[in-house]
Amino acid sequence: MESIVAVSNLEKTYASGFRALKSINLEIRKGEIFALLGPNGAGKTTLIGVICGLVRPTAGTVVADGHDISKDYRAARATIGLVPQETATDMFEKVWDTVSFSRGLFGFPPDPAHIERVLRDLSLWDKRDSKIAALSGGMKRRVLIAKALAHEPRILFLDEPTAGVDVELRRDMWAMVRRLREQGVTIILTTHYIEEAEEMADRIGVINKGEIILVEEKQALMRRLGKTKVTIGLKQPIASPPAAARGAQLALSPDGLTLTFTQSGEGADEDGGVAELLKQLAADGVDFKSINTERSSLEDIFVDLVGNVP
Amino acid sequence: MNFHAIRSIYMFEINRTLRTLFQSIASPVLSTSLYFIVFGSAIGGRMATIDGVSYGAFIVPGLILLTILTESVSNASFGIYLPRFTGTIYELLSAPVSVVEVLCGYVGAAATKSIVLGLIILATARLFVSFDIAHPIWMIGFLALTAVTFCLFGFILGVWADGFEKLQIVPLMIISPLTFLGGTFYSIDMLPPPWRTVALFNPIVYLVNGFRWAFYDIADVAVGVSLAMTLVFLVVCVCVIAWIFKTGYRLRT
Repeated sequence: MESIVAVSNLEKTYASGFRALKSINLEIRKGEIFALLGPNGAGKTTLIGVICGLVRPTAGTVVADGHDISKDYRAARATIGLVPQETATDMFEKVWDTVSFSRGLFGFPPDPAHIERVLRDLSLWDKRDSKIAALSGGMKRRVLIAKALAHEPRILFLDEPTAGVDVELRRDMWAMVRRLREQGVTIILTTHYIEEAEEMADRIGVINKGEIILVEEKQALMRRLGKTKVTIGLKQPIASPPAAARGAQLALSPDGLTLTFTQSGEGADEDGGVAELLKQLAADGVDFKSINTERSSLEDIFVDLVGNVP
Repeated sequence: MNFHAIRSIYMFEINRTLRTLFQSIASPVLSTSLYFIVFGSAIGGRMATIDGVSYGAFIVPGLILLTILTESVSNASFGIYLPRFTGTIYELLSAPVSVVEVLCGYVGAAATKSIVLGLIILATARLFVSFDIAHPIWMIGFLALTAVTFCLFGFILGVWADGFEKLQIVPLMIISPLTFLGGTFYSIDMLPPPWRTVALFNPIVYLVNGFRWAFYDIADVAVGVSLAMTLVFLVVCVCVIAWIFKTGYRLRT
């Protein structure tokens, strides 16, 4: 698939000597939603900062939509929209004015019809003449998104777009991101909410301590690293677990009343391991009272990944 | 060249001025009027003429410059410091603009405001004292040159300052004293010889001198020297700003 952002051997060492990015290589595909996950201080915001022009790289190159971000910064930046993490807004400006300002700043002629579309899409149309200072926190965040979309970017960076945002607005934003993707915009988002990446992303990148430790399709990642855990509560204690089902890990609690069946890797819960086990139990005449299935979330996968890095 | 960006930044800054119109225009006009009442009418009436110009008229160019200098530095520094302070500077840094667009926008708007302010004060002064302008074109030229130069200086200050205190301390503690000592209210010829030499190290002397020459065709130092000194200061400011953008000093980490 065609790549739209190519990061090669990117390094960033701050004046303090802190190495925020260590030889990052990353390709973002055209039209995808890419989620960049990582704990606090992992380098997410620095990486976005370099691509968008806020941070000067120490070494390495970034090509955005075919333009080198330092040699050909005008063309590169004109295709990129950035929604920053912090809600920094011009408090005394009106919504319409500040969004129009952003369009001009990025070198585009005025287009009131486009601004209207953006404001309507973000449910800001009624607030177009309000001063930003008078808006709620969630509305201010929408204004930041509107500003980033004012110049019709092909690549949109959302740095923690839903941090501190209520559930309704979060759902709205997800819907908006999907709409943008349908229009062909490539979206790169960083997030703390793994549920967000799970819900939205096509591919997931995990960054930790300045290094990309994994980039993978979300589905493949969840298949490969996902786990299925089935807990079976027995009516009568048994002395030893029954003959284990294929490749499964079976554990019996000390009191002999709980069987825990864990299956990991590709195709977990699809190859009928649980069904085999239940048949086995029935054949052995073991009666059970409860059965509980848990599928590991991206969050568990993430915690495992980041926790395992020395 | 990103002309849409220049227009956007310029209009953004002009609108910021219009939002605070009273503070921007009324307060400098009021303080200048007070100077004219006190120095021009009350005290000036008891003073002899200087080089054939009445004292009230003599201080007009200096007073205009006093306002232009302090307002240029304050406005331009505030214009770039405010987005740094609130964090909205991220947008400017991620936009397809170079130092040229940024300067045309921010410094252009601040200088426009200063020049308009200078002309308003000139009109106000005319209500208190009568005077003629010997070289009107040069007068406008010096006014514009001074406004642009000190707006550039203010821009540097706004990038350098890391707090509101530094932002205010430079106009208050450096620009104002230098202007007062730079011959705003007197001719440096009136100073005793050693102080006259000291005064020549004050760059404001050359500005006031050139500006006053444009009004009354009288000068303490040659007008060419005045013009050259102002241009040198302008070029130095432009070089410093070019360096700021090249290295990302206090703008890009």
